[in-house]
Amino acid sequence: MSDTVDELVAGLFRSDARATARLITLVEDEAPEVARIQSAIRDRVGRAYRVGFTGPPGAGKSTLVAALAKHWVNDGESGRVARVSIVAVDPTSPFTGGALLGDRVRMTSLDPSVFIRSMANRGRLGGIAATTDGVCDVLDAYGSDWLLVETVGVGQSEVEIAECADVTVVVLTPGTGDSVQLLKAGLMEVAEIVVVNKADRPGADSLVAEIQSIVGMRPHSDVPMPIVSTVATENKGIDELAKTIEEYRTQQVSRGLLETRRKRNLRAKIQRLVEARLRREIWGGKGASEELDATVECILRKEETPWDASERIVKKWIR
Amino acid sequence: MKKKIRVLVCKPGLDGHDRGAKVIAAALRDAGMEVVYTGLRQTPEMIARAAVQEDVDVIGLSIHSGAHMTLFPRVLDLLKQAGATQILLTGGGIIPEDDMAALRKIGVGELFGPGTPMDKIVEYIRAEVPKRRTVGA
Repeated sequence: MSDTVDELVAGLFRSDARATARLITLVEDEAPEVARIQSAIRDRVGRAYRVGFTGPPGAGKSTLVAALAKHWVNDGESGRVARVSIVAVDPTSPFTGGALLGDRVRMTSLDPSVFIRSMANRGRLGGIAATTDGVCDVLDAYGSDWLLVETVGVGQSEVEIAECADVTVVVLTPGTGDSVQLLKAGLMEVAEIVVVNKADRPGADSLVAEIQSIVGMRPHSDVPMPIVSTVATENKGIDELAKTIEEYRTQQVSRGLLETRRKRNLRAKIQRLVEARLRREIWGGKGASEELDATVECILRKEETPWDASERIVKKWIR
Repeated sequence: MKKKIRVLVCKPGLDGHDRGAKVIAAALRDAGMEVVYTGLRQTPEMIARAAVQEDVDVIGLSIHSGAHMTLFPRVLDLLKQAGATQILLTGGGIIPEDDMAALRKIGVGELFGPGTPMDKIVEYIRAEVPKRRTVGA
């Protein structure tokens, strides 16, 4: 039983889960069929609202995403059940290439209509995989209303999610550092909505106060940043968070900011694709590895500096 | 790029002994596979749905409850209904030899009892998956 891309895309448009899942695999594996898949589905991409969730490991991202999915499935507009899809990214081992994808453990009680796909980041360091964006496009064309993307548990600088989401939600918990942590570059700079999860724990109020104090210092805050307290395991604060995200979207749409945001994301995506392609061209070609070894020897013999070597290599490609 | 082997590791039914499932999941991860772990108390419907959504090559069920003669055929049946017959259904636990043979007859893969070396399971999966793959063209 072999499926052609055309058959799979037809299945995707019928919202067939198996065909959708196989297309996702092709995208994830960066198979040669990806170009054809992209052009076949492009008319149906752009309907879903993409919400990115990021934050440190153990902050409760999976539980929160599951609770929101449950909320939106039950809260479909005009009597129709909303279609919610989830992409959850976990780390690939840099040593073995293997991965344990465990986000589904927190998502077991969801409605059967929710499509969940676990992804390994496959060595990408920005908190998502290189192909997460492409996988989101497939799930968008699948007919998702809400597309919830959960990053790898991140530290401080893994902020690529902001480049493939319509809104970035940063999930924090009490007791994980003082206000200087919040002032550091990275995570908080991409936050558009902040969730203080596990808000029943000591220190939640002071964390909210600290976040409020740094919000005022943000230079590019044309929209005020909402802060929502939740206890995801008890479903507390989920309605409010859902409402906050919905209002954020309404604001974005009415002020033309969603379009700006998507253009910015598209720009970043083109750059990523070009860079990935160039990297493959330069280092993946025949003899590239041998040349690199020879260059290392040259440098060790003091015949060339690393700077000169890099100039020489670049000049071969840029005329 | 060589396609990664994706495996779904599940604990169906009501027994709560998930140590075996976790040990297997870690061993397959260390063998370079992408392992989707779903945790305890999964119904056959949940398992088949997760396998389809995740487009896995293999499902590994860990069963210590004695319900293997019900659970394996049910999952197999649901996979057939979903058109996902290329997925290898395997597993392990406390399963008598006769039952293993009977399950193999209906299309379940090799089943592994206590004390099986991890390498044997890894090798089995690596040998079996390429035979079943049908990548879209």
